[in-house]
Amino acid sequence: MPIVLEKLTYTYQNGSINAFTALNDIDLTINDGEFVGLIGHTGSGKSTLIQHLNGLMQPTSGKVYVDGIDMSDKKVRKLGRQRIGMAFQYPDYQLFAETVAKDIAFGPKNMGLTDEEVDRRVREAMRIVGLNETVFADKSPFELSGGEKRRAALAGIIAMYPKYLVLDEPMAGLDPSGRRGVLETIERFREELNSTVIMVSHSMDDVAKSAERVIVLQDGRIYRDGAPADVFCDAEELNRLGLDAPFAARLAAELRRRGCNVPSDIYTNEALACFIEHLVKGEV
Amino acid sequence: MLNDITLGQYFPVDSVVHRLDPRTKLVLLIMYIVAVFLVKELWVFPIVIACMLIFTVLSRVPLSYVLKAVKPMRWLLPIMFIINLFMIHTGTILFEWKFLKITTGGIEQAFFIVLRLVTLVTGTSLLTLTTTPISLTEGMESMMSPLKVVRFPAHEIAMMMTIALRFIPTLLEEADKIMKAQLARGADLESGNIFKRAKAMIPILIPLFVNSFRRADDLALAMESRCYHGGEGRTRLRVLRFAWRDLWAVLVMSALIAAIVLIQRFVSFAPLHAWFLGLLV
Repeated sequence: MPIVLEKLTYTYQNGSINAFTALNDIDLTINDGEFVGLIGHTGSGKSTLIQHLNGLMQPTSGKVYVDGIDMSDKKVRKLGRQRIGMAFQYPDYQLFAETVAKDIAFGPKNMGLTDEEVDRRVREAMRIVGLNETVFADKSPFELSGGEKRRAALAGIIAMYPKYLVLDEPMAGLDPSGRRGVLETIERFREELNSTVIMVSHSMDDVAKSAERVIVLQDGRIYRDGAPADVFCDAEELNRLGLDAPFAARLAAELRRRGCNVPSDIYTNEALACFIEHLVKGEV
Repeated sequence: MLNDITLGQYFPVDSVVHRLDPRTKLVLLIMYIVAVFLVKELWVFPIVIACMLIFTVLSRVPLSYVLKAVKPMRWLLPIMFIINLFMIHTGTILFEWKFLKITTGGIEQAFFIVLRLVTLVTGTSLLTLTTTPISLTEGMESMMSPLKVVRFPAHEIAMMMTIALRFIPTLLEEADKIMKAQLARGADLESGNIFKRAKAMIPILIPLFVNSFRRADDLALAMESRCYHGGEGRTRLRVLRFAWRDLWAVLVMSALIAAIVLIQRFVSFAPLHAWFLGLLV
Protein backbone atom coordinates (compact mmCIF):
# COMPACT_ATOMS: atom_id res chain seq x y z
CA MET A 1 0.00 0.00 0.00
CA PRO A 2 1.27 3.44 -0.84
CA ILE A 3 1.64 6.81 0.86
CA VAL A 4 -1.31 9.02 -0.02
CA LEU A 5 -1.58 12.77 0.55
CA GLU A 6 -5.05 14.25 0.12
CA LYS A 7 -5.50 17.98 -0.32
CA LEU A 8 -2.67 18.60 2.11
CA THR A 9 -2.37 22.22 3.22
CA TYR A 10 -0.09 23.56 5.91
CA THR A 11 0.05 27.14 7.14
CA TYR A 12 2.74 28.35 9.51
CA GLN A 13 1.47 30.56 12.35
CA ASN A 14 -2.05 30.10 11.14
CA GLY A 15 -4.26 33.06 12.03
CA SER A 16 -1.46 35.50 12.86
CA ILE A 17 -0.19 38.39 10.77
CA ASN A 18 2.86 36.31 9.88
CA ALA A 19 0.77 33.44 8.52
CA PHE A 20 2.54 31.69 5.67
CA THR A 21 1.13 28.86 3.61
CA ALA A 22 3.99 26.46 2.99
CA LEU A 23 1.93 23.71 1.38
CA ASN A 24 -1.09 24.39 -0.74
CA ASP A 25 -3.64 21.72 -1.61
CA ILE A 26 -1.23 18.91 -2.40
CA ASP A 27 -2.53 15.63 -3.81
CA LEU A 28 0.15 13.01 -4.13
CA THR A 29 0.51 9.24 -4.18
CA ILE A 30 3.87 7.59 -3.69
CA ASN A 31 3.80 3.97 -4.79
CA ASP A 32 5.66 1.09 -3.22
CA GLY A 33 9.19 0.57 -4.43
CA GLU A 34 9.57 3.96 -6.07
CA PHE A 35 12.69 6.10 -5.77
CA VAL A 36 11.33 9.63 -5.68
CA GLY A 37 13.48 12.73 -5.91
CA LEU A 38 11.86 15.80 -4.40
CA ILE A 39 13.32 19.06 -5.62
CA GLY A 40 12.52 22.75 -5.33
CA HIS A 41 14.38 25.85 -4.25
CA THR A 42 14.74 26.95 -0.63
CA GLY A 43 11.34 27.71 0.91
CA SER A 44 9.34 25.74 -1.63
CA GLY A 45 7.94 23.48 1.08
CA LYS A 46 10.04 20.32 0.68
CA SER A 47 11.00 19.95 4.32
CA THR A 48 7.48 20.76 5.48
CA LEU A 49 6.10 18.14 3.11
CA ILE A 50 8.31 15.30 4.29
CA GLN A 51 7.70 16.09 7.94
CA HIS A 52 4.04 15.43 7.31
CA LEU A 53 4.82 11.94 6.03
CA ASN A 54 5.58 10.58 9.49
CA GLY A 55 3.27 12.81 11.47
CA LEU A 56 5.93 15.10 12.93
CA MET A 57 3.81 17.91 11.55
CA GLN A 58 0.05 17.83 11.35
CA PRO A 59 -1.70 19.32 8.32
CA THR A 60 -3.75 22.48 8.69
CA SER A 61 -6.23 20.75 6.43
CA GLY A 62 -6.16 17.57 4.38
CA LYS A 63 -5.03 14.06 5.21
CA VAL A 64 -1.94 11.91 5.15
CA TYR A 65 -2.27 8.13 4.88
CA VAL A 66 0.64 5.74 5.22
CA ASP A 67 -0.38 2.25 4.19
CA GLY A 68 -3.93 3.34 4.92
CA ILE A 69 -3.05 4.59 8.42
CA ASP A 70 -4.41 8.05 9.10
CA MET A 71 -1.43 9.96 10.48
CA SER A 72 -3.59 12.54 12.22
CA ASP A 73 -4.97 9.81 14.50
CA LYS A 74 -2.81 9.85 17.64
CA LYS A 75 -3.57 6.24 18.52
CA VAL A 76 -2.25 4.70 15.33
CA ARG A 77 0.31 7.35 14.39
CA LYS A 78 3.08 5.38 16.05
CA LEU A 79 2.45 2.40 13.77
CA GLY A 80 2.73 4.61 10.71
CA ARG A 81 5.81 6.31 12.07
CA GLN A 82 7.59 2.96 12.42
CA ARG A 83 7.18 2.30 8.73
CA ILE A 84 8.79 5.57 7.78
CA GLY A 85 12.47 6.08 8.42
CA MET A 86 13.36 9.72 8.38
CA ALA A 87 16.94 10.89 8.04
CA PHE A 88 17.48 14.56 8.69
CA GLN A 89 20.05 16.78 7.09
CA TYR A 90 22.38 17.11 10.06
CA PRO A 91 23.56 13.96 11.84
CA ASP A 92 24.50 16.17 14.81
CA TYR A 93 20.81 16.41 15.61
CA GLN A 94 20.45 12.75 16.34
CA LEU A 95 23.76 11.23 17.47
CA PHE A 96 23.85 11.10 21.25
CA ALA A 97 24.97 7.73 22.67
CA GLU A 98 28.42 6.78 23.97
CA THR A 99 29.14 4.47 21.08
CA VAL A 100 28.10 4.25 17.46
CA ALA A 101 26.56 0.81 18.03
CA LYS A 102 24.43 2.04 20.93
CA ASP A 103 23.29 5.00 18.90
CA ILE A 104 22.22 2.81 16.00
CA ALA A 105 20.39 0.57 18.48
CA PHE A 106 18.25 3.46 19.77
CA GLY A 107 15.58 3.17 17.07
CA PRO A 108 15.22 -0.64 17.06
CA LYS A 109 15.11 -0.63 20.88
CA ASN A 110 12.28 1.88 20.84
CA MET A 111 10.41 -0.54 18.59
CA GLY A 112 10.51 -3.07 21.42
CA LEU A 113 12.60 -5.71 19.65
CA THR A 114 14.56 -8.37 21.52
CA ASP A 115 18.21 -7.76 22.34
CA GLU A 116 19.40 -10.36 19.82
CA GLU A 117 17.29 -8.86 17.06
CA VAL A 118 18.52 -5.35 17.89
CA ASP A 119 22.10 -6.60 17.84
CA ARG A 120 21.61 -8.34 14.52
CA ARG A 121 20.06 -5.24 12.96
CA VAL A 122 22.82 -2.97 14.24
CA ARG A 123 25.42 -5.17 12.58
CA GLU A 124 23.35 -5.40 9.40
CA ALA A 125 22.87 -1.63 9.27
CA MET A 126 26.58 -0.97 9.79
CA ARG A 127 27.36 -3.32 6.94
CA ILE A 128 24.86 -1.60 4.63
CA VAL A 129 26.21 1.89 5.31
CA GLY A 130 29.76 0.60 5.02
CA LEU A 131 31.01 1.29 8.53
CA ASN A 132 33.41 -1.44 9.55
CA GLU A 133 32.06 -2.99 12.74
CA THR A 134 35.39 -3.72 14.42
CA VAL A 135 36.58 -0.16 13.85
CA PHE A 136 33.45 1.84 14.53
CA ALA A 137 31.13 -0.11 16.82
CA ASP A 138 32.77 1.08 20.05
CA LYS A 139 33.84 4.50 18.84
CA SER A 140 32.12 7.63 20.14
CA PRO A 141 29.89 9.13 17.43
CA PHE A 142 31.42 12.51 18.20
CA GLU A 143 34.86 11.36 17.03
CA LEU A 144 33.70 10.54 13.51
CA SER A 145 34.33 12.57 10.37
CA GLY A 146 31.45 14.34 8.60
CA GLY A 147 30.80 11.54 6.11
CA GLU A 148 31.10 8.84 8.76
CA LYS A 149 28.68 10.69 11.04
CA ARG A 150 26.20 10.93 8.21
CA ARG A 151 26.47 7.21 7.57
CA ALA A 152 26.18 6.38 11.27
CA ALA A 153 23.02 8.49 11.48
CA LEU A 154 21.68 6.76 8.39
CA ALA A 155 22.45 3.37 9.95
CA GLY A 156 20.36 4.40 12.95
CA ILE A 157 17.39 4.81 10.59
CA ILE A 158 18.12 1.78 8.43
CA ALA A 159 18.29 -0.49 11.51
CA MET A 160 14.58 0.17 11.96
CA TYR A 161 14.00 -1.55 8.59
CA PRO A 162 11.62 1.17 7.42
CA LYS A 163 9.35 0.40 4.54
CA TYR A 164 9.78 3.97 3.38
CA LEU A 165 13.04 5.85 3.71
CA VAL A 166 12.74 9.63 3.69
CA LEU A 167 15.97 11.57 3.30
CA ASP A 168 16.32 15.31 3.77
CA GLU A 169 19.40 16.52 1.90
CA PRO A 170 21.35 13.39 2.77
CA MET A 171 24.48 14.56 1.01
CA ALA A 172 24.61 18.29 1.76
CA GLY A 173 28.00 19.50 2.87
CA LEU A 174 29.89 16.30 2.10
CA ASP A 175 32.98 15.95 -0.08
CA PRO A 176 32.64 13.90 -3.30
CA SER A 177 33.76 10.64 -1.72
CA GLY A 178 31.36 11.19 1.18
CA ARG A 179 28.54 11.85 -1.29
CA ARG A 180 29.31 8.73 -3.21
CA GLY A 181 29.39 6.71 0.02
CA VAL A 182 25.98 7.95 1.11
CA LEU A 183 24.41 7.48 -2.31
CA GLU A 184 25.78 3.93 -2.54
CA THR A 185 24.39 3.26 0.93
CA ILE A 186 20.94 4.39 -0.14
CA GLU A 187 21.03 2.24 -3.24
CA ARG A 188 22.29 -0.83 -1.35
CA PHE A 189 19.62 -0.35 1.28
CA ARG A 190 16.94 -0.11 -1.35
CA GLU A 191 18.06 -3.26 -3.12
CA GLU A 192 18.34 -5.33 0.04
CA LEU A 193 15.17 -4.24 1.83
CA ASN A 194 13.04 -3.46 -1.17
CA SER A 195 12.02 -0.11 0.24
CA THR A 196 10.56 3.04 -1.16
CA VAL A 197 12.93 6.00 -1.05
CA ILE A 198 11.97 9.67 -1.02
CA MET A 199 14.97 11.94 -1.31
CA VAL A 200 15.00 15.71 -0.96
CA SER A 201 18.04 17.18 -2.60
CA HIS A 202 19.49 20.34 -4.03
CA SER A 203 21.88 18.38 -6.14
CA MET A 204 20.22 17.64 -9.46
CA ASP A 205 23.07 15.35 -10.40
CA ASP A 206 22.38 13.12 -7.40
CA VAL A 207 18.68 13.07 -8.17
CA ALA A 208 19.34 12.33 -11.84
CA LYS A 209 21.64 9.48 -10.90
CA SER A 210 19.18 7.54 -8.80
CA ALA A 211 15.58 8.80 -8.88
CA GLU A 212 12.93 7.12 -11.02
CA ARG A 213 10.40 9.83 -10.45
CA VAL A 214 11.03 13.53 -9.90
CA ILE A 215 8.64 15.90 -8.15
CA VAL A 216 9.23 19.64 -8.39
CA LEU A 217 7.72 21.79 -5.66
CA GLN A 218 7.17 25.47 -6.26
CA ASP A 219 5.57 27.81 -3.72
CA GLY A 220 3.92 24.95 -1.86
CA ARG A 221 2.39 23.35 -4.94
CA ILE A 222 3.43 20.43 -7.11
CA TYR A 223 4.80 22.06 -10.20
CA ARG A 224 6.03 19.01 -12.05
CA ASP A 225 5.72 15.30 -11.39
CA GLY A 226 7.13 12.80 -13.78
CA ALA A 227 10.02 10.73 -15.08
CA PRO A 228 13.44 12.40 -14.75
CA ALA A 229 13.77 12.58 -18.52
CA ASP A 230 10.58 14.65 -18.78
CA VAL A 231 11.44 16.98 -15.93
CA PHE A 232 15.10 17.49 -16.72
CA CYS A 233 14.82 17.97 -20.48
CA ASP A 234 13.67 21.56 -20.07
CA ALA A 235 16.74 23.18 -18.53
CA GLU A 236 15.44 26.68 -19.15
CA GLU A 237 12.27 26.14 -17.19
CA LEU A 238 14.16 24.67 -14.25
CA ASN A 239 16.44 27.68 -14.37
CA ARG A 240 13.46 29.98 -14.14
CA LEU A 241 12.39 28.19 -10.94
CA GLY A 242 15.78 28.88 -9.42
CA LEU A 243 16.91 25.30 -9.98
CA ASP A 244 19.61 23.79 -12.09
CA ALA A 245 19.23 20.96 -14.53
CA PRO A 246 21.76 18.16 -13.99
CA PHE A 247 25.13 18.82 -15.58
CA ALA A 248 24.57 16.21 -18.31
CA ALA A 249 21.14 17.63 -19.19
CA ARG A 250 22.61 21.11 -19.55
CA LEU A 251 25.43 19.81 -21.70
CA ALA A 252 22.94 17.88 -23.84
CA ALA A 253 20.82 21.01 -24.27
CA GLU A 254 23.88 22.97 -25.33
CA LEU A 255 24.84 20.26 -27.83
CA ARG A 256 21.31 20.27 -29.19
CA ARG A 257 21.46 24.05 -29.57
CA ARG A 258 24.59 23.62 -31.65
CA GLY A 259 22.88 21.18 -33.94
CA CYS A 260 23.79 17.81 -32.48
CA ASN A 261 20.78 15.52 -32.22
CA VAL A 262 20.94 14.32 -28.58
CA PRO A 263 17.87 12.29 -27.52
CA SER A 264 15.80 14.03 -24.86
CA ASP A 265 15.92 11.09 -22.43
CA ILE A 266 19.62 11.63 -21.73
CA TYR A 267 20.17 13.38 -18.42
CA THR A 268 22.87 11.42 -16.59
CA ASN A 269 26.60 11.66 -17.05
CA GLU A 270 26.84 7.95 -17.86
CA ALA A 271 24.18 8.01 -20.57
CA LEU A 272 25.62 11.14 -22.17
CA ALA A 273 29.15 9.75 -22.11
CA CYS A 274 27.87 6.57 -23.73
CA PHE A 275 26.03 8.59 -26.39
CA ILE A 276 29.07 10.75 -27.16
CA GLU A 277 31.24 7.66 -27.41
CA HIS A 278 28.87 6.20 -29.97
CA LEU A 279 28.72 9.54 -31.75
CA VAL A 280 32.48 9.79 -32.01
CA LYS A 281 32.68 6.24 -33.32
CA GLY A 282 30.06 7.22 -35.86
CA GLU A 283 27.50 4.69 -34.70
CA VAL A 284 24.57 7.09 -34.28
CA MET B 1 6.25 22.75 18.91
CA LEU B 2 8.17 25.34 20.89
CA ASN B 3 7.17 28.57 19.22
CA ASP B 4 4.64 29.87 21.73
CA ILE B 5 7.21 31.43 24.03
CA THR B 6 6.87 35.22 24.24
CA LEU B 7 10.32 35.86 25.67
CA GLY B 8 11.79 38.98 24.09
CA GLN B 9 9.19 39.11 21.37
CA TYR B 10 9.87 42.46 19.88
CA PHE B 11 6.88 43.97 18.06
CA PRO B 12 8.36 45.76 15.07
CA VAL B 13 6.49 49.02 14.54
CA ASP B 14 7.72 52.58 14.76
CA SER B 15 6.31 54.63 17.63
CA VAL B 16 7.24 57.19 20.25
CA VAL B 17 7.67 54.44 22.81
CA HIS B 18 9.87 52.40 20.49
CA ARG B 19 12.08 55.43 19.90
CA LEU B 20 12.59 56.16 23.59
CA ASP B 21 16.12 55.64 24.83
CA PRO B 22 16.45 52.12 26.26
CA ARG B 23 17.92 53.60 29.44
CA THR B 24 14.83 55.75 29.83
CA LYS B 25 12.63 52.74 29.36
CA LEU B 26 14.52 50.81 32.00
CA VAL B 27 14.14 53.72 34.42
CA LEU B 28 10.46 54.00 33.49
CA LEU B 29 9.96 50.32 34.22
CA ILE B 30 11.60 50.65 37.62
CA MET B 31 9.43 53.70 38.39
CA TYR B 32 6.37 51.83 37.19
CA ILE B 33 7.14 48.86 39.44
CA VAL B 34 7.63 51.24 42.38
CA ALA B 35 4.30 52.84 41.52
CA VAL B 36 2.54 49.46 41.44
CA PHE B 37 3.94 48.56 44.84
CA LEU B 38 3.02 51.95 46.27
CA VAL B 39 -0.63 51.21 45.61
CA LYS B 40 -2.29 50.18 48.86
CA GLU B 41 -5.93 50.57 47.85
CA LEU B 42 -7.75 48.49 45.23
CA TRP B 43 -9.52 51.66 44.05
CA VAL B 44 -6.27 53.36 43.04
CA PHE B 45 -5.46 50.71 40.43
CA PRO B 46 -7.52 52.39 37.67
CA ILE B 47 -4.87 55.15 37.60
CA VAL B 48 -2.07 52.61 37.11
CA ILE B 49 -4.08 50.81 34.44
CA ALA B 50 -4.82 54.11 32.69
CA CYS B 51 -1.11 54.93 32.66
CA MET B 52 -0.33 51.46 31.24
CA LEU B 53 -2.98 51.95 28.56
CA ILE B 54 -1.60 55.37 27.60
CA PHE B 55 1.83 53.86 26.99
CA THR B 56 0.29 50.92 25.14
CA VAL B 57 -1.68 53.19 22.82
CA LEU B 58 1.39 55.38 22.22
CA SER B 59 3.47 52.28 21.43
CA ARG B 60 1.00 51.14 18.72
CA VAL B 61 1.34 47.56 19.98
CA PRO B 62 -2.08 45.87 19.98
CA LEU B 63 -3.40 45.45 23.50
CA SER B 64 -3.94 41.74 22.83
CA TYR B 65 -0.17 41.32 22.39
CA VAL B 66 0.52 43.04 25.68
CA LEU B 67 -2.06 40.91 27.46
CA LYS B 68 -0.51 37.74 26.05
CA ALA B 69 2.11 38.08 28.78
CA VAL B 70 -0.57 37.11 31.30
CA LYS B 71 -1.12 33.74 29.63
CA PRO B 72 1.69 31.90 31.46
CA MET B 73 0.00 32.93 34.72
CA ARG B 74 -3.36 31.41 33.82
CA TRP B 75 -2.96 28.87 36.65
CA LEU B 76 -1.25 31.12 39.16
CA LEU B 77 -3.82 33.92 38.99
CA PRO B 78 -6.93 31.86 39.90
CA ILE B 79 -4.99 30.13 42.70
CA MET B 80 -3.86 33.48 44.13
CA PHE B 81 -7.39 34.79 43.80
CA ILE B 82 -8.96 31.84 45.65
CA ILE B 83 -6.35 31.77 48.41
CA ASN B 84 -6.81 35.47 49.12
CA LEU B 85 -10.56 35.18 48.87
CA PHE B 86 -10.73 32.62 51.67
CA MET B 87 -7.72 33.55 53.81
CA ILE B 88 -8.35 37.25 54.38
CA HIS B 89 -10.91 37.83 57.09
CA THR B 90 -11.46 41.57 57.37
CA GLY B 91 -14.57 43.66 56.87
CA THR B 92 -18.09 42.28 56.74
CA ILE B 93 -18.67 38.55 56.50
CA LEU B 94 -20.71 37.73 53.42
CA PHE B 95 -20.68 33.96 53.41
CA GLU B 96 -19.75 31.34 55.96
CA TRP B 97 -19.66 27.55 55.72
CA LYS B 98 -17.72 25.49 58.27
CA PHE B 99 -14.16 26.88 58.16
CA LEU B 100 -14.66 28.78 54.87
CA LYS B 101 -15.38 32.46 55.14
CA ILE B 102 -15.72 35.13 52.47
CA THR B 103 -15.49 38.73 53.58
CA THR B 104 -15.59 42.05 51.74
CA GLY B 105 -11.95 42.53 52.70
CA GLY B 106 -11.13 39.15 51.18
CA ILE B 107 -12.82 40.02 47.90
CA GLU B 108 -10.97 43.33 47.71
CA GLN B 109 -7.67 41.69 48.55
CA ALA B 110 -8.19 38.94 45.95
CA PHE B 111 -8.81 41.49 43.19
CA PHE B 112 -5.94 43.59 44.52
CA ILE B 113 -3.38 40.78 44.22
CA VAL B 114 -4.55 39.76 40.75
CA LEU B 115 -4.43 43.35 39.50
CA ARG B 116 -0.99 43.87 40.98
CA LEU B 117 0.39 40.80 39.20
CA VAL B 118 -1.32 41.64 35.90
CA THR B 119 -0.15 45.26 35.87
CA LEU B 120 3.41 44.23 36.75
CA VAL B 121 3.62 41.61 34.04
CA THR B 122 1.98 43.66 31.30
CA GLY B 123 4.20 46.65 32.07
CA THR B 124 7.31 44.51 31.82
CA SER B 125 6.14 42.89 28.61
CA LEU B 126 5.49 46.34 27.13
CA LEU B 127 9.19 47.03 27.61
CA THR B 128 10.29 43.89 25.79
CA LEU B 129 7.68 44.40 23.07
CA THR B 130 8.95 47.88 22.28
CA THR B 131 12.69 47.40 22.79
CA THR B 132 14.94 45.04 20.86
CA PRO B 133 16.99 42.78 23.13
CA ILE B 134 20.14 44.32 21.70
CA SER B 135 19.25 47.89 22.57
CA LEU B 136 18.06 46.69 25.96
CA THR B 137 21.47 45.25 26.75
CA GLU B 138 23.10 48.39 25.34
CA GLY B 139 21.03 50.40 27.76
CA MET B 140 21.96 48.12 30.65
CA GLU B 141 25.63 48.31 29.79
CA SER B 142 25.48 52.07 29.69
CA MET B 143 23.67 52.21 33.02
CA MET B 144 26.09 49.82 34.68
CA SER B 145 29.22 51.45 33.28
CA PRO B 146 29.77 53.77 36.30
CA LEU B 147 30.33 50.57 38.28
CA LYS B 148 33.43 49.90 36.17
CA VAL B 149 35.29 52.04 38.70
CA VAL B 150 34.87 49.24 41.22
CA ARG B 151 35.94 46.68 38.57
CA PHE B 152 32.42 45.57 37.83
CA PRO B 153 32.56 43.84 34.37
CA ALA B 154 29.69 45.83 32.82
CA HIS B 155 30.75 45.29 29.22
CA GLU B 156 31.37 41.57 29.65
CA ILE B 157 28.00 41.04 31.33
CA ALA B 158 26.25 42.98 28.58
CA MET B 159 28.08 40.97 25.91
CA MET B 160 27.13 37.70 27.58
CA MET B 161 23.50 38.80 27.72
CA THR B 162 23.56 39.85 24.08
CA ILE B 163 24.97 36.51 23.02
CA ALA B 164 22.56 34.56 25.22
CA LEU B 165 19.57 36.47 23.86
CA ARG B 166 20.81 36.12 20.32
CA PHE B 167 20.99 32.35 20.63
CA ILE B 168 17.69 31.67 22.37
CA PRO B 169 15.75 31.37 19.08
CA THR B 170 18.58 29.33 17.57
CA LEU B 171 18.54 26.93 20.50
CA LEU B 172 14.76 26.61 20.40
CA GLU B 173 14.86 25.84 16.71
CA GLU B 174 17.61 23.33 17.24
CA ALA B 175 15.83 21.66 20.15
CA ASP B 176 12.80 21.36 17.90
CA LYS B 177 14.82 19.69 15.15
CA ILE B 178 16.52 17.31 17.58
CA MET B 179 13.18 16.37 19.09
CA LYS B 180 11.85 15.60 15.65
CA ALA B 181 14.90 13.54 14.74
CA GLN B 182 14.54 11.43 17.90
CA LEU B 183 10.76 11.16 17.58
CA ALA B 184 11.33 9.81 14.10
CA ARG B 185 13.47 7.10 15.67
CA GLY B 186 10.60 6.17 17.94
CA ALA B 187 11.61 8.14 21.03
CA ASP B 188 8.71 8.39 23.45
CA LEU B 189 8.69 11.78 25.15
CA GLU B 190 5.14 11.95 26.34
CA SER B 191 4.30 8.87 28.35
CA GLY B 192 5.57 7.33 31.57
CA ASN B 193 6.26 8.78 35.00
CA ILE B 194 8.52 11.73 35.69
CA PHE B 195 11.72 9.64 35.92
CA LYS B 196 11.00 7.86 32.67
CA ARG B 197 10.33 11.18 30.99
CA ALA B 198 13.51 12.72 32.38
CA LYS B 199 15.44 9.75 31.01
CA ALA B 200 13.74 10.19 27.65
CA MET B 201 15.16 13.71 27.50
CA ILE B 202 18.76 12.42 27.37
CA PRO B 203 18.78 11.80 23.60
CA ILE B 204 17.64 15.39 23.16
CA LEU B 205 19.84 17.13 25.70
CA ILE B 206 23.12 15.51 24.66
CA PRO B 207 23.05 16.66 21.02
CA LEU B 208 21.82 20.06 22.20
CA PHE B 209 24.77 20.47 24.59
CA VAL B 210 27.34 19.09 22.19
CA ASN B 211 26.16 21.45 19.44
CA SER B 212 26.07 24.41 21.83
CA PHE B 213 29.64 23.87 22.97
CA ARG B 214 30.78 23.53 19.40
CA ARG B 215 28.94 26.70 18.46
CA ALA B 216 30.39 28.60 21.42
CA ASP B 217 33.84 27.54 20.27
CA ASP B 218 33.18 28.70 16.72
CA LEU B 219 31.74 31.99 17.94
CA ALA B 220 34.75 32.69 20.17
CA LEU B 221 37.04 32.01 17.24
CA ALA B 222 35.02 34.25 14.93
CA MET B 223 35.07 37.06 17.50
CA GLU B 224 38.80 36.77 18.11
CA SER B 225 39.55 36.71 14.41
CA ARG B 226 37.81 40.09 14.25
CA CYS B 227 40.09 41.38 17.02
CA TYR B 228 37.56 41.36 19.82
CA HIS B 229 39.36 41.82 23.11
CA GLY B 230 36.75 43.01 25.59
CA GLY B 231 35.19 46.41 26.05
CA GLU B 232 38.31 48.52 26.38
CA GLY B 233 38.55 51.22 23.72
CA ARG B 234 35.52 49.83 21.92
CA THR B 235 33.28 52.40 20.23
CA ARG B 236 29.70 52.02 19.10
CA LEU B 237 28.02 52.40 15.76
CA ARG B 238 24.90 53.79 17.38
CA VAL B 239 25.55 56.06 20.34
CA LEU B 240 22.68 56.35 22.81
CA ARG B 241 21.42 59.91 23.22
CA PHE B 242 18.57 61.28 25.30
CA ALA B 243 15.87 63.32 23.55
CA TRP B 244 13.07 65.54 24.81
CA ARG B 245 10.59 62.69 24.63
CA ASP B 246 12.64 60.83 27.24
CA LEU B 247 12.14 63.71 29.65
CA TRP B 248 8.41 63.80 28.94
CA ALA B 249 8.05 60.08 29.54
CA VAL B 250 9.83 60.32 32.88
CA LEU B 251 7.61 63.27 33.83
CA VAL B 252 4.46 61.29 33.03
CA MET B 253 5.67 58.41 35.16
CA SER B 254 6.63 60.78 37.99
CA ALA B 255 3.15 62.23 37.81
CA LEU B 256 1.73 58.73 38.21
CA ILE B 257 3.78 58.10 41.34
CA ALA B 258 2.89 61.52 42.74
CA ALA B 259 -0.79 60.94 42.00
CA ILE B 260 -0.77 57.59 43.78
CA VAL B 261 0.99 58.97 46.85
CA LEU B 262 -1.17 62.08 47.08
CA ILE B 263 -4.49 60.33 46.51
CA GLN B 264 -3.76 57.69 49.12
CA ARG B 265 -2.65 60.40 51.53
CA PHE B 266 -5.51 62.85 51.19
CA VAL B 267 -8.52 61.12 49.68
CA SER B 268 -10.82 59.08 51.90
CA PHE B 269 -11.89 55.74 50.52
CA ALA B 270 -14.65 55.19 53.08
CA PRO B 271 -17.50 56.07 50.68
CA LEU B 272 -16.12 53.66 48.07
CA HIS B 273 -15.88 50.86 50.61
CA ALA B 274 -19.45 51.57 51.71
CA TRP B 275 -20.64 51.56 48.11
CA PHE B 276 -18.82 48.27 47.44
CA LEU B 277 -20.37 46.68 50.53
CA GLY B 278 -23.79 47.88 49.41
CA LEU B 279 -23.17 46.31 46.03
CA LEU B 280 -22.40 42.90 47.53
CA VAL B 281 -24.96 42.60 50.30
